[in-house]
Amino acid sequence: MGAASSTSEGTTREATALKRIPHDLAVALDPEELDAHDRQWTPLKIIIWSAISLLGGLSWVMLAVVRGETVNAIWFVFAAICTYLIGYRFYSKFIEKHIIRPDDRRATPAEYLADGKDFAATDRRVLFGHHFAAIAGAGPLVGPVLAAQMGYLPGTIWIIVGVVLAGAVQDYLILHFSMRRGGRSLGQMARDELGVIGGTAALIATLVIMVIIVAILALVVTNALAESPWGVFSVGMTIPIALFMGCYLRFFRPGKITEISIIGFVLLIAAIIGGGMIADTDFGQTYLLVDKVTIAWGIIIYGFIAAILPVWLLLAPRDYLSTFMKIGTIGMLAVAIVIIRPEINVPAVSEFASTGTGPVVAGTLFPFLFVTIACGALSGFHALIASGTTPKLIEKERQTRFIGYGGMLMESLVAIMALVAALSIDRGIYFAMNASPALTGGTVQGAVAFVNGLGLTGVNLTPDLLTDLATNVGEESIVSRTGGAPTLSVGLSQIMQQLVGGTSMMSFWYHFAIMFEALFILTAVDAGTRVARFMLQDSLGNFFPKFKNTSWRPGAWAATAIMVAAWGAVLLMGVTDPLGGINTLFPLFGIANQLLAAIALAVCMAIVAKRGLFKYLWVVALPLGFAAVVTISASFLKIFSTTPAIGYFAQNRAFSDALAAGETSFGTAPNVLAMEAVVRNTMVQGVLSIVFVVLAIIVILTAIRATWNAYRKNSSATSEDDAVQSQIYAPAGFIMTPPEKVLQAEWDALPVHKKIKVKGH
Amino acid sequence: MTLLAGVRKGALGVAWYVKGLLGEDAYEKYVAHHARECEAEAAAEGRAPHPLMTEREFWRDQTDRQDANPQGRCC
Repeated sequence: MGAASSTSEGTTREATALKRIPHDLAVALDPEELDAHDRQWTPLKIIIWSAISLLGGLSWVMLAVVRGETVNAIWFVFAAICTYLIGYRFYSKFIEKHIIRPDDRRATPAEYLADGKDFAATDRRVLFGHHFAAIAGAGPLVGPVLAAQMGYLPGTIWIIVGVVLAGAVQDYLILHFSMRRGGRSLGQMARDELGVIGGTAALIATLVIMVIIVAILALVVTNALAESPWGVFSVGMTIPIALFMGCYLRFFRPGKITEISIIGFVLLIAAIIGGGMIADTDFGQTYLLVDKVTIAWGIIIYGFIAAILPVWLLLAPRDYLSTFMKIGTIGMLAVAIVIIRPEINVPAVSEFASTGTGPVVAGTLFPFLFVTIACGALSGFHALIASGTTPKLIEKERQTRFIGYGGMLMESLVAIMALVAALSIDRGIYFAMNASPALTGGTVQGAVAFVNGLGLTGVNLTPDLLTDLATNVGEESIVSRTGGAPTLSVGLSQIMQQLVGGTSMMSFWYHFAIMFEALFILTAVDAGTRVARFMLQDSLGNFFPKFKNTSWRPGAWAATAIMVAAWGAVLLMGVTDPLGGINTLFPLFGIANQLLAAIALAVCMAIVAKRGLFKYLWVVALPLGFAAVVTISASFLKIFSTTPAIGYFAQNRAFSDALAAGETSFGTAPNVLAMEAVVRNTMVQGVLSIVFVVLAIIVILTAIRATWNAYRKNSSATSEDDAVQSQIYAPAGFIMTPPEKVLQAEWDALPVHKKIKVKGH
Repeated sequence: MTLLAGVRKGALGVAWYVKGLLGEDAYEKYVAHHARECEAEAAAEGRAPHPLMTEREFWRDQTDRQDANPQGRCC
């Protein structure tokens, strides 16, 4: 109703005016030929797909049914890749055929809005890398590590099945819908499709979610760098390295990005080696051995400065480094896992899945597994990327399947590898590293007593194991290094040292991994603050018009300060939390991310319904329903549960009562000050949970209403941009199909002056 | 010779991919776009085309646009 239908009036354009062969050559394959190729099952095709299915099936049997004493990591990789291939070939094709209905005769925004800058047709393989680098960050590396406490199977199933049916579907739909709308953002699409109320709720939710996500990413870095002179040095050095790169590109050799990225990479490696040399010196011990609170303040100050500095000085160069490191390290880890094939000695499903008393993150498998692992299975944040830069760069409509669906499958594979790396380390060490300091006391003896006291079969932790590992990875201590990043780094260093360098190289690999994660978390903090600042300025501009002008310095600085203060407060709360930090805040991160996914899917559902595709609405309704059930029930548990470890308000009440009774210590809080901190923190966390769930329910309800209205009116309206005739051709997937090869060869043979017809801007 | 040619082709392919991924080819794309569209369009309308930015100007303009239109990175 209302705004929803007003934007779509009279926009049912049948694309009949579009020509398949506008000039010399076809810009799209003949749909019949395309269909025939898909349906033609040659013996070779049958053999290949049978082999993939058999290998995938065997891997799943090894993981889920056989469950031997130990499981080899290679089965995780095979199960994942085979399932992805089947999902990509069959499910995404199904979605393409029935919902997306791409039309290569239509020009994409990169063609009809081409400006050679923001809108520029980009080779599909390059764009795939771009999109992957933009969506994959610390999330898929951290969540699976924390969820490993429930055993290997629940996380593996959720990551692999979740991505095929939910995460990749969301990314694909949003990318395509945004592309059909000239690259419109998620917020704008929500307003168009859901009306003012739904749109506004979606906008506020996005802003709050950004704050939470930035805060928790910053918390992960803080936990990795606290009490680690080596880490502080090497990660700190990335700032001068990035500044140098920025100046090099600005003043010395503009545009030589590959060259400076290689120089930057060499300097990074030097910084890691230098960190090892400096860590044990007097200087390192005096100035670089800093506690969590100091690091947190450092990140807050850094975040503010980084977000107001011009992009060319810090953000852009660090982005290049981060892309370089990301693709390189992930590729390296994949190769290492396949070569080393570590044995995994963890139960398929641990007791914590049903008791909900796991020390890493509290709560039972349902719903908390599904919010602990967000990125890698279903990540709402991707909707912001898939409706940002990527849709403006797509060359042809049929490529969205490869880039949107395929890109998310790649991220899921990263999550599987992170899970494998975390599972490959000794289970006792895993719990010693991931139990909060409130449980272990932060000491080796405390950790040993706590972990052995958990009564897990096959776990027998000794103090030597912990101190030896700490020495090997070049840290003061590895007890209670929560947040996932250090655990993953230990896993990665154990795998890599078997391939290169042996035990003596473990410390290098550990700090290499920490650096790799810190780099893109810091980029995400900087970029997130900037995006949030613009959103805030845009909203404030409705009341104080001056704020709309984003180049007005005082306004920009004030808005930046507000956003930094917001995530900084959550970060400090996590750092000083007497209950641990990560274990209480991480569920908020997951819930926020999944709520964003629910919002994105709600927008998709409304769009699909308005196009009249009710028969296939389940493709969107299924993941939307699941995301809604998971996040709303998780939020309700966080709000209403009477178990203090789970319910924020139950915890709040327990500590308030203790304070009222005049007690001076309670639970893991040693004094009144700490008890008051718990009361304060749980109140903030509880209120945030309420805000999230209320906003999400509003958005989902408005989407259901839009869907129902569309059904009742038998709508086939659309809010898409007008169709424009395409003049160019490019293949759709990574590998060209035979019909694509034929057409591509014809285009390659065409004289240059005939390839592109000039059109007006 | 053929092996050498193959290696050369592979190396060029990798270099092309890395450049594309990091966005190093942005200026080339801009120049090509300018030559293809702006100049032809201006010629058709009988006026001078918009001046082509130099490489240095282009990269400054690019980061300035990023300043004014920030893009999030994912978690």
